Amino acid sequence: MTTKIYIPRDSSALSVGAEKVAVAIAAEAKNRGLDIEIVRNGSRGLYWLETMVEVSTPNGRVAYGPVKVKDVPSLFDADFINAKPHALNLGLTEEIDWLKKQQRLTFARVGVTNPVSLDDYIAHDGYKGLKNALKLSGAEIVKAVTDSGLRGRGGAAFPTGIKWNTVLGCVSEQKYVVCNADEGDSGTYSDRMIMEGDPFVLIEGMTIAGVAVGATQGYIYLRSEYPHALVALNEAIEAANKAGYLGDDVLGSGKAFHLEVRRAAGAYVCGEETSLLESLEGKRGLVRFKPPLPAIEGLFGKPTVVNNVISLASVPIILDKGAQFYADYGMGRSRGTLPIQLAGNLKHNGLVELAFGATLRELLYDFGGGSASGKPIRAVQVGGPLGAFLPESQFDTPLDYEEFTKIWAVLGHGGIVAFDDTVDMSKMARYAFEFCAVESCGKCTPCRIGSTRGVEVIDKIRSGKDHAKNIQLVRDLSDTMLNGSLCALGGMTPYPVLSALNHFPQDFGLPAETQVG
Amino acid sequence: MLDSNTPLEDADALISRLITEHQHRPGALMPLLHAIQDNLGYVPESAYPQISKALALSVAEVHGVVTFYHHFRTHKPGRNVMQICRAESCQSMGSEALEAHAKKCLGIDYHQTTADNAITLEAVYCLGNCALSPSVMMNDEIYGRVSPSDLDALIAEAKA
Repeated sequence: MTTKIYIPRDSSALSVGAEKVAVAIAAEAKNRGLDIEIVRNGSRGLYWLETMVEVSTPNGRVAYGPVKVKDVPSLFDADFINAKPHALNLGLTEEIDWLKKQQRLTFARVGVTNPVSLDDYIAHDGYKGLKNALKLSGAEIVKAVTDSGLRGRGGAAFPTGIKWNTVLGCVSEQKYVVCNADEGDSGTYSDRMIMEGDPFVLIEGMTIAGVAVGATQGYIYLRSEYPHALVALNEAIEAANKAGYLGDDVLGSGKAFHLEVRRAAGAYVCGEETSLLESLEGKRGLVRFKPPLPAIEGLFGKPTVVNNVISLASVPIILDKGAQFYADYGMGRSRGTLPIQLAGNLKHNGLVELAFGATLRELLYDFGGGSASGKPIRAVQVGGPLGAFLPESQFDTPLDYEEFTKIWAVLGHGGIVAFDDTVDMSKMARYAFEFCAVESCGKCTPCRIGSTRGVEVIDKIRSGKDHAKNIQLVRDLSDTMLNGSLCALGGMTPYPVLSALNHFPQDFGLPAETQVG
Repeated sequence: MLDSNTPLEDADALISRLITEHQHRPGALMPLLHAIQDNLGYVPESAYPQISKALALSVAEVHGVVTFYHHFRTHKPGRNVMQICRAESCQSMGSEALEAHAKKCLGIDYHQTTADNAITLEAVYCLGNCALSPSVMMNDEIYGRVSPSDLDALIAEAKA
């Protein structure tokens, strides 16, 4: 009997040698005359265990990891293809505590299925949402998304259903659905995992959006740093086209939906929706003034739904299991689940999907296992390069959009980057300004000029020049950027800067007792 | 990628073919620039007049787009492009030391190419490999948890 062996094609797994492990396992099996079938799955998201190899057994899949090429002969010697004991044997994958404690809705299939097999997708509840959606009117689909409480997972947390409703209400001969897959925030990788590990769920979500609002063309604007996601998406789109899930007549409904991946070109600001649309139109990614909203005048001036990957990938399960099923997860006005990405200086980094409401401390210690270096965790940055730095005193904050707003922080795209006590927070503040200067589109003055002046002022503070005056100056400058910038790049750079200054004043040459918050 | 001895006429013919392939797509400029850079390793400034004519843009507009995006370059890079991630997650795991090590070993700064044309060094801001920081990208391959000695091995391989 052929034994199925799962070895991820996820780019993080590849970054620690998954390809070489797959080649070695195939070669070793051939040498030993063993009958195996290697499936290249997505990652389960337990990245410290990559390359994680799974073997299919009648009781479920058994995991081994982290597997290196040098471990392959000993795995075969131990008869791992019959799930026998070995130092790297992790037991049944589904029983691994780290995974078992999660609530995987959007990520239900990631790591489980062959990402580019349409049959596998359908066998694991795929396309049930679209089939339900095709029985509903556009307004009913939009209502389901609204009722689910889904808010934009890209960072802005705007209710997805309300955005869709605006596009639905526009009369136009052409409308678009655009997926923002320009995942540029440091510490985030959930979009990449979906696109590499379950591309069909994104395709299905976009198709549902198109059917709902009456859009016939979709674009996925994918960052150029994700070559493996590009391959997986294109393979999946081709399969969906062939099987009639995309094209002129989606599943015989008479409704058309076409989908194309467009590559970005390394500009962080193109993650801002209007800049993204300019880029898709073939222009410099300059931020547009709003209004008009992209929902009314978006791509090529037409009504356009612009949503993040995770928002769109969360739609199929809402249409499959119902709005209430999804809304039953979460707390307050943050409904459903958030795929959290643990990153930086932690022992157990990876993807943790949980209902809103878990605390940072649970994520950093229960899931993250504390710092990788063994030193105390001093600061965490949540929500990417424009997110605030949080000190230990705020680690009990629940992950909830409103709770984070209360402490002048953001959840953003759910990325959590941990730093140990060797971090110099004035250097991180300098980096925040520097990053803004590198990535500013240049359209508005506070961001274009303010970012460079910010680097200079922090340098003066760090060297002790006119110290008190320059501390005040960095606060004034931050105020101007916060209130005067056109988009979140300039407008939120003060979050990391001021949170570093307020929570870690000693790193700026100030006495610790001036600490605020 | 064409090798460095490819005559210029071939590059012109290639660009003409790519323009024909892409010019009728909505928002054609970005896919076209990608196609040119995928094939040549860069977007030659000498192609601007051809591109601008085909897409009814000014040469200044084409130049503006090429120079706006970090990904596009107007000069031929070395045989390999090494990108080191400078973003926060990688910083928390020692990327600064890795950057310094790379610059010292290669004897160049960012946006420069080694004298033997083997490696062009670039900074990158996040490769989405933040669970396995620090990260380096060599051409299209990502490497995670890169130590200075791993970097030495990558450099040696690229120079071979």
